[in-house]
Amino acid sequence: MNLRKILKNTFLVLMASLVLTACATQKKSTGQLQSDVYTGKDTVEYLASGVPDRVFFATNETVLTTASRETLRKQAAWLRKNSKITIVLEGHADERGTREYNIAIGERRANSAKDYLMTYGISSDRISVLSYGKERPVDSGSNPLSWSKNRRSVSVKAN
Amino acid sequence: MKNTKFFFISFLMILLIPVKSFGLIEVDITRGNLNPLPVAVSPLSIDEKSRKNFKELLKKENIGLEISSIVENNLRTSGLFNPLNKDAFLQAPDIANLKPRFEDWNLIKAQALITGKVSFDDNKLRVEFRLWDILAGKEMMALAFTTVPSNWRRVGHIISDKVYERLTGEKGYFDTRIIYVAEEGPKTNRIKKLAIMDQDGANNKFLTLGNELVLTPRFNPTSQMVTYLSYFRNLPRVYLLDIETGMQEVVGDFPGMTFAPRFSPNGKKIIMSFAKDGKSDIYTMDLENRIVERITNHPSIDTSPSYSPDGKYITFNSDRSGYQQIYIMKSDGGNVKRISFGNGIYGTPVWSPRGDLIAFTKLHKGKFYIGVMRTDGSGERLLTENFYQEAPSWSPNGRILIFYRETKTDSKGKGFTAKLWSIDLTGYNERMVMTPTDGSDPSWSSLLSN
Repeated sequence: MNLRKILKNTFLVLMASLVLTACATQKKSTGQLQSDVYTGKDTVEYLASGVPDRVFFATNETVLTTASRETLRKQAAWLRKNSKITIVLEGHADERGTREYNIAIGERRANSAKDYLMTYGISSDRISVLSYGKERPVDSGSNPLSWSKNRRSVSVKAN
Repeated sequence: MKNTKFFFISFLMILLIPVKSFGLIEVDITRGNLNPLPVAVSPLSIDEKSRKNFKELLKKENIGLEISSIVENNLRTSGLFNPLNKDAFLQAPDIANLKPRFEDWNLIKAQALITGKVSFDDNKLRVEFRLWDILAGKEMMALAFTTVPSNWRRVGHIISDKVYERLTGEKGYFDTRIIYVAEEGPKTNRIKKLAIMDQDGANNKFLTLGNELVLTPRFNPTSQMVTYLSYFRNLPRVYLLDIETGMQEVVGDFPGMTFAPRFSPNGKKIIMSFAKDGKSDIYTMDLENRIVERITNHPSIDTSPSYSPDGKYITFNSDRSGYQQIYIMKSDGGNVKRISFGNGIYGTPVWSPRGDLIAFTKLHKGKFYIGVMRTDGSGERLLTENFYQEAPSWSPNGRILIFYRETKTDSKGKGFTAKLWSIDLTGYNERMVMTPTDGSDPSWSSLLSN
């Protein structure tokens, strides 16, 4: 065994672990953001105890995250229990897009939520969809965390 | 919507002396103009009796001076002309209008001179004006108008257009209006109203009260109609508004949200997006027979459509490639072709009234740009970079773009503003367009008089 080889291997292992740590810290760095999606509770309201009213999206994305699906399953269970309630899904975008495209992407986000609720047994005639695009931000900041809170679909009781 | 009848009052225009065609002064507007042409705008002369009559009628001390100030301001903001300080003028307005002493005007370095005369004539406003080439010592143009006195600002704009056209060889854009969205209140709950003003910011008027959210008004190129998006009763739909009468109606009977409206070049159709089940497609509605046609049918978001000036093609943005990019197609929806291939995402394409260029918004590495490209996507040129700006609209002569900018807020989320800005196609002469409140979504009208 020559010493140089051992040193080199140690160095490689060291490098690798450094890279891994870097990745891990990057993901957690902001606390309330996970790969661009808001995970905090700051702006969230509740339709009933334990039933959050909104889900969040990544930039330019309209697919539901695991956390969003969990929230929507809770909403579906609540809607099944309260069969007279109808809701409006209000889709929103952040300010970093053109106004018209943002209106369209808000509509698509609200429809992602609607589709998921329907697969959990909620009839489409209890759900209407409305997009505000970038017109009604909840957070007026101009930074990635504020934008992540604004990319959302909110379920609002309609009756 | 009060009395906007003045659009129908025609201008009586007389050519005093035939315009001589030999080339005198010329202003090149195809390049950034770093040496604006020095021009002297002499106050229009007025006799004492006319001055008093107009003072009583229009509450302006000297209407001749007022009209010449409009001309001066228009020429200055174009960036192509440098109106000289009136204090340096040696010749009195009435004498200059008869026959300028060219040496005197040459002395103050004027290369062109505008003179004229205003009179109160049978309860009408009569204006004549002349454009002189100082170096050549010749008259270049002479025109006279008669109109109702309340049209006095428009007279100033028409004179400006005539001068611009004579000196640049291109149609002017001063006798036009801008429709836009006036904004007030906190960023999280903005109050928005439709507003209209003259191109120079005068005669600002609000057309809606702010009870519902309104967005993206656009002029009909052939009439005083406007199409826009309103959230009336929380149902976002495309509306049609007649700014003469204030009459409004919903466009089409769509089972859901319509948005991103624009007129066809002949003003007879509205093209817009209809969003349903997470996809947005482009539709048209014929305003005469109310027939609705579907133009695109794709699972993607297709929006921000704009016709070519001949009506044969449509440009729009779509995320069918994964991100927002610019496409063109035939007006029946055939032959869809992507034309934007640069780095970044591209949106809000608008076809130039001259037909050769498409203006757009581009987002790249966190910055927003207003740019232009040829209709095949080649020759991309970015005119201006900012934190946030979008939605360019062309001046009717295709030389200037008006758009809006929003500011970045501070760490407390304060300091948000939205303002209208304009920039020349050359990338020069960027300036803020003043509005009484914040403003966004500007749309430029056609020339009111042709």
